Amino acid sequence: MSDARQGAIRARRGAAGFIRRSVFSRDHKVIGQQYYFLALFSVLAGMALSVLMRLHLAWPKARVPLLGGFSPAGAPNGVMTPEYYLSLMTIHGTLMIFFVLTIAPQNAFGNYFLPLQLGASEMAFPRLNRLSFWITLAALGVLLASFLVADGPPISGWTAYPPLSAVGSIAGPGEGSGQTLWIVSISLFCVASLFGAVNFIVTVLELRTEGMSLMRMPLTAWAWFVTAILTLLSFAVLLVAGVMLILDRTGHTSFFVPGGLIVSDRIIGHHGGSPLLWQHLFWFFGHPEVYIAILPGMGLVSHLLSTFSRKPVFGYRAMVYAIIAIGFLGFTVWGHHMFVSGMNPYSGFAFSLMTMAIAVPSAVKTFNWLGTLWGGKLRLTTAMLFALGFVSLFVSGGLSGIFLAQPPLDAQLHATYFVVGHFHLIMGVAAIFGVFAGTFFWFPKMFGRMMNETWGKIHFWITFVGVYATFLPMYFLGLEGDVRRYAELADKFLIPLIPLHRFISVAAFVTAGAQVIFVANLFWSLWRGPRAGPNPWQATTLEWTLPSPAPADDFAGRVPVVYHGAYEYGVPGAEADYVMQDAAGPYPAP
Amino acid sequence: MPEGPAPALVAEQFDDIIQQRDAASFGMWIFLATEILFFGGLFASYALYRSLYPAAFAAGSHLLKVAYGASYTVMLICSSLTMAMAVRSAQLGRRKPLIGFLVLTLLLGAAFVIIKLRWEWYGDYLEHLVPGVSFAPQGEALEVIRRFGAPLSHVALFMIFYFVMTGIHALHMVVGVGLLTFLIIMAYRGRFVSGDFNTVEMVGLYWHFVDIVWIFLFPLLYLIGGRY
Repeated sequence: MSDARQGAIRARRGAAGFIRRSVFSRDHKVIGQQYYFLALFSVLAGMALSVLMRLHLAWPKARVPLLGGFSPAGAPNGVMTPEYYLSLMTIHGTLMIFFVLTIAPQNAFGNYFLPLQLGASEMAFPRLNRLSFWITLAALGVLLASFLVADGPPISGWTAYPPLSAVGSIAGPGEGSGQTLWIVSISLFCVASLFGAVNFIVTVLELRTEGMSLMRMPLTAWAWFVTAILTLLSFAVLLVAGVMLILDRTGHTSFFVPGGLIVSDRIIGHHGGSPLLWQHLFWFFGHPEVYIAILPGMGLVSHLLSTFSRKPVFGYRAMVYAIIAIGFLGFTVWGHHMFVSGMNPYSGFAFSLMTMAIAVPSAVKTFNWLGTLWGGKLRLTTAMLFALGFVSLFVSGGLSGIFLAQPPLDAQLHATYFVVGHFHLIMGVAAIFGVFAGTFFWFPKMFGRMMNETWGKIHFWITFVGVYATFLPMYFLGLEGDVRRYAELADKFLIPLIPLHRFISVAAFVTAGAQVIFVANLFWSLWRGPRAGPNPWQATTLEWTLPSPAPADDFAGRVPVVYHGAYEYGVPGAEADYVMQDAAGPYPAP
Repeated sequence: MPEGPAPALVAEQFDDIIQQRDAASFGMWIFLATEILFFGGLFASYALYRSLYPAAFAAGSHLLKVAYGASYTVMLICSSLTMAMAVRSAQLGRRKPLIGFLVLTLLLGAAFVIIKLRWEWYGDYLEHLVPGVSFAPQGEALEVIRRFGAPLSHVALFMIFYFVMTGIHALHMVVGVGLLTFLIIMAYRGRFVSGDFNTVEMVGLYWHFVDIVWIFLFPLLYLIGGRY
């Protein structure tokens, strides 16, 4: 190894020593892995909370061992109070949406693979990258700290609607310091995301290697790029909304609190604000956030379907334009979360129309996925199965979105389990399937070993059937009028739904149990999996030109030159059924 | 070793200093875009409440001292000029003018912050115009509010916007003053004058952005009452 190369590695990893290599490393790969394990921790914690919630919904009187000891006030004798149910729901939603769905697809895989796929040797601003991981970790710590304060975590859900989130502990348990910690955590998370987005955008536009034109980029890179733009434009607005909410709580301002409000028999001393303002600011962030969670999955699925059916992506350009169109339209539809909040019908009509317009680029993507599969030589690896599962969930979850886009239907379905089923299928589980697919696909490059395919497939099938058994019946619950966020079903119209809730709970327990297989497979393979070659999937993009795991200094100072698009499978006249992007051979140029 | 200016200054992920400079200034522009969105949220909220309570906002604006706002505007425009001169000096590699203009910018920025806190806000506090601390307008102020027929609570909302928007702006000024101090120390040690003026340019962009925000804050807060 030359001195210059060692110098480059040292500059990036720091000198020897665990602390310097992990805590202070500016290597995009180390940071990507740390994000991955942060998201893994969050998803397991969030899933554990959902298991507790499902248990309470189906068997409200059941005693949960240990829970009573963990929170004597929230769960006396192990039976949780309705308020504690709401606390768990808030933390479940916050963990999953921010610390899993925003982190894993974008920051974990994106940080690791964006520079590699572009032929760059680092992200543009490595120090900023390191900083944003630290801030994210701090945000997670602050959020979980809300379990330790007197009244526990907030009960206002991940949307934290004022006025109840703005008037302090009088609004209920957890609305005191728990809610304040929540807002601080989210504001920190916004700052970290903004830094990350700056890094991604500059890296894509400035650091592509020779020959890597925008239209030769893998669709994963395109998705990360557009996602970063969405992050940039939306999280800044959430940040200012968070600052205003903190001021309302601690600085006696009245941005979101109307005058003459009575909470728990006491007049609140604020004047003049409007809770609707929070909803506008929040959903201006909140709707793009949905696409922040799902777009990287879409990019990855396009990538995998092509790789494992040994065919070029059907309509590459259309896919790129569809990603951009979804990103753009995502900013024009936030009002569809507020149809029943009191909205001018003309505005409702406009938001409804724009929302349904998103179905067009979404359909472009779906049909192009099917076109990619059509007539391909399918290799049903675990990664491919999860990609196919993503397409399935995207369709079955997405179609119900068209129902919810209609203001008259939404008036009926708003805040019912129909919505819960919708967003869990399309945003939650579909995006998680993208993360599973990415894990199985990129594990060899990240850790130098293969994951076990047999256990992977067993895990896939249980999960796939399990999530449908969990979330499809929720459409029916919603149509029956079962309101989300109810801790128990005590109403005579809702009591007949309890058996269905029990079915859902059992399905959820089985699905959650199956995740043990995944975690065991992951950690077993980290140390015991068979060693991976540089390109185990015969894929074309630049990360597969490197040894596995990717060396500390990436391309070792070499500048890769790109001659081909990202999806040259089955090229006539080529030696193999795929052409690497940097192959300079005598293959016919497309 | 390739030829060119100070290769050690190029981070390993960049091919050359030009790419590094492009990336850095592009990153700064994008960061400023997030700042625009951040202030955009505040301006959007301002627009909403001003359209709901026009009289209260006009009355509230009457309570502010236009002379302060106008003098800040002059100070900030001048500081933008001196900042631009500092950037130019760095590009031309002239150390003494660079330090001089940076110090001038720093003085103007610090004067802004100090005058705002010590005199304007303290004066507001003495007149009981700070919602949450003590909001009970008296005398002439109360008369103004009466004349506009505005409910006191809505005027308080305007004052909230005034304190939060100018407060966050002032926070940005404090950060800018800190950055300038850092630049002055580094420039004193001889940095920024041998082709490595990138950092000065970045801080310059930030400084101009903060000034521009003020250009919007000044009329929207001080001038809508028609007291000039």
